[in-house]
Amino acid sequence: MARTLSAPVTVAFDYTRSTGPVLGRFLGGLREGVVVGGRTSDGRVVVPPPEFDPVTHEPTQDFVEVADTGTVTSWTWVPEPVKGQPLDRPFAFALVTLDGADAPLLHALDVASPADVHTGMRVRIRWREERTGDITDIACFEPAPDAAEVAAPREPLRTIDPVTGIVVPVELDYLYAASPEESLFYTSLSQGKLVGQRCPRCGKVYIPPRSACPSDGTPTTDEVPLPDTGTVTTFCIVNVPFLGQRITPPYVSAYVLLDGADIAFLHLILDIPAEEVRMGMRVKAVWKPESEWGTTIENISHFAPTGEPDADYDTYKQHL
Amino acid sequence: MRDVAVVGFAQRQMQDFDGSPTCVELLVPLFAECYEQTGWTRRDVGFWCSGSSDYLAGRSFSFVQAVDAIGVIPPVNESHVEMDLAWAMYEAWLKIQTGEVDTALVYAFGKSSAGVLRRTLSLQLEPYTMTPIWPDTVSLAGLQARAGIDAGVWDERAMAEVANRSLTDAEKNEYAVRKGGSSVDELLARPVYADPLRKHDCAPVTDGAAALVLAAGDRAREVTDRPAWIRSLAHFVDPMSMGTRDLTRSPSAQRAGEACDLDGVEVAELHAPFSHQELVLRRELGLADDVRVNPSGGALTSNPMFSAGGIRIGEAARRIWSGEAARTLGHATSGPALQQNLVCVMGADH
Repeated sequence: MARTLSAPVTVAFDYTRSTGPVLGRFLGGLREGVVVGGRTSDGRVVVPPPEFDPVTHEPTQDFVEVADTGTVTSWTWVPEPVKGQPLDRPFAFALVTLDGADAPLLHALDVASPADVHTGMRVRIRWREERTGDITDIACFEPAPDAAEVAAPREPLRTIDPVTGIVVPVELDYLYAASPEESLFYTSLSQGKLVGQRCPRCGKVYIPPRSACPSDGTPTTDEVPLPDTGTVTTFCIVNVPFLGQRITPPYVSAYVLLDGADIAFLHLILDIPAEEVRMGMRVKAVWKPESEWGTTIENISHFAPTGEPDADYDTYKQHL
Repeated sequence: MRDVAVVGFAQRQMQDFDGSPTCVELLVPLFAECYEQTGWTRRDVGFWCSGSSDYLAGRSFSFVQAVDAIGVIPPVNESHVEMDLAWAMYEAWLKIQTGEVDTALVYAFGKSSAGVLRRTLSLQLEPYTMTPIWPDTVSLAGLQARAGIDAGVWDERAMAEVANRSLTDAEKNEYAVRKGGSSVDELLARPVYADPLRKHDCAPVTDGAAALVLAAGDRAREVTDRPAWIRSLAHFVDPMSMGTRDLTRSPSAQRAGEACDLDGVEVAELHAPFSHQELVLRRELGLADDVRVNPSGGALTSNPMFSAGGIRIGEAARRIWSGEAARTLGHATSGPALQQNLVCVMGADH
């Protein structure tokens, strides 16, 4: 049995990238259903065009059109496609040298089984119906008949409206695990308890517990139950709205130093006007109803003032 | 140039690390082993450098919390690379060359099993025309393997021979995730997975961490009578586009080998996460037939991301400490299909 708590988590973000004149022209071509290659100083036609010549390091400026048919130069079978790949059923990845080009392009090849693909086979681009100017405008390659005319004539280049930027969405799925010490912390929270750990060497008490004392690197061992009362050491008033915000600003986010702990942790201070929150203010956890508890710090809805006199500055000045 | 040696090495490799992606709980005992090997405390370490990746961990600044395992009072001289341990070691070696420090402890860690490793690694590719179609690591290696088979540079039997030897050698490696050789014919009878690759041609997804200790001159001699002196160290990189590379070759590995003096190397620990890549490396480095390759079992039997390259250097250093060899080589790779390569040649005192 696992000694740690874990939960699935998805990290997603969009990269917005400017393309520049070379890739912008290549991607603009794809939008129009045309494959643009770049001629390098050694006379080769490379697809996608390199931004700079690999030998002279000059910007690529000599562009040609190549055919959307070509020949497989290497391939591999993808028995278990992963999310985001061009096809969601088993397929081949292939290096395809398009007719008129001298270097291969990597893309998916839609065939039913490894028996349906071989090095040297003729393939053609299957274009996506609605094209936007990125590499996925090529939906994939598909088998093509062995045509007699192999090298397509390079027509004079039509005018291409270059793509100036693309958005690349990235989404990664993880099974995120807490450390054994953090797992204890979260399990205790599900029982309404706060548990820290004490460094056996320097005696400091950390909450949430950490696997090693960040001061001296000693593994933390002793569990320390902590009360749910503490002192505001420092705070900020959040006035700015942001994506995913759960409370309407203004509200107070504060570091709370629990009594007996040596490190403050971040939580909300509510039940008091934001402008009245102050350093040294004594606070106590406001727990959600027990029926809503899980293995999460959100079991504590927020901290609220206790009404006690403020703590003496000397009691928390080492923790700012 | 200052004489710098590898004087400490600790590792953990496992299929599935039941702990946090910060790996702090994994690093603490590794550092303890390094302190025991050297007789040092953390205050004897002049420079720290780590290797890890936020993409692998699924959290930002993944290296920051790992510093807990060191402790920072008094403050430490610390750095980080988004690369394998071997490159963290390279930075530490340079740091020692500057004369600023005499000792270094370098470490790396990663929980590959937290995500889908072969997919995550698509993010290290060219971001305009490759990453958006998510070419996974295994597929890219498959394209490379096929290119060599079609060109007649290697065949499936040669690949199976590499796998069988690795699996057999791994039986003596307590950290190996996959072990137990059988025969080349038996391996060839197994089903093809990512045609032309079989599962045993691909490194297993591995969690783990490792640490290496470096010391200069007398500081190294204080630790051991037989330090593994770094005789030469070099790394090079090939273009990121797969289409413009001859996939049957690895020019960067060849150049790194050329920049080092490989004469007399008896043992070579090569970081080859796919069986055919060992064949590429062996050829590019020009290793003679009598060079013993990957006696640890190599990356085919366990390949913890960000540690596996450095582990090759540690394993090669260990052969010198034990007196088993007088001159060894550790190699690390990074990027798709052997794009980046580092070679480290070590020797015993004369």
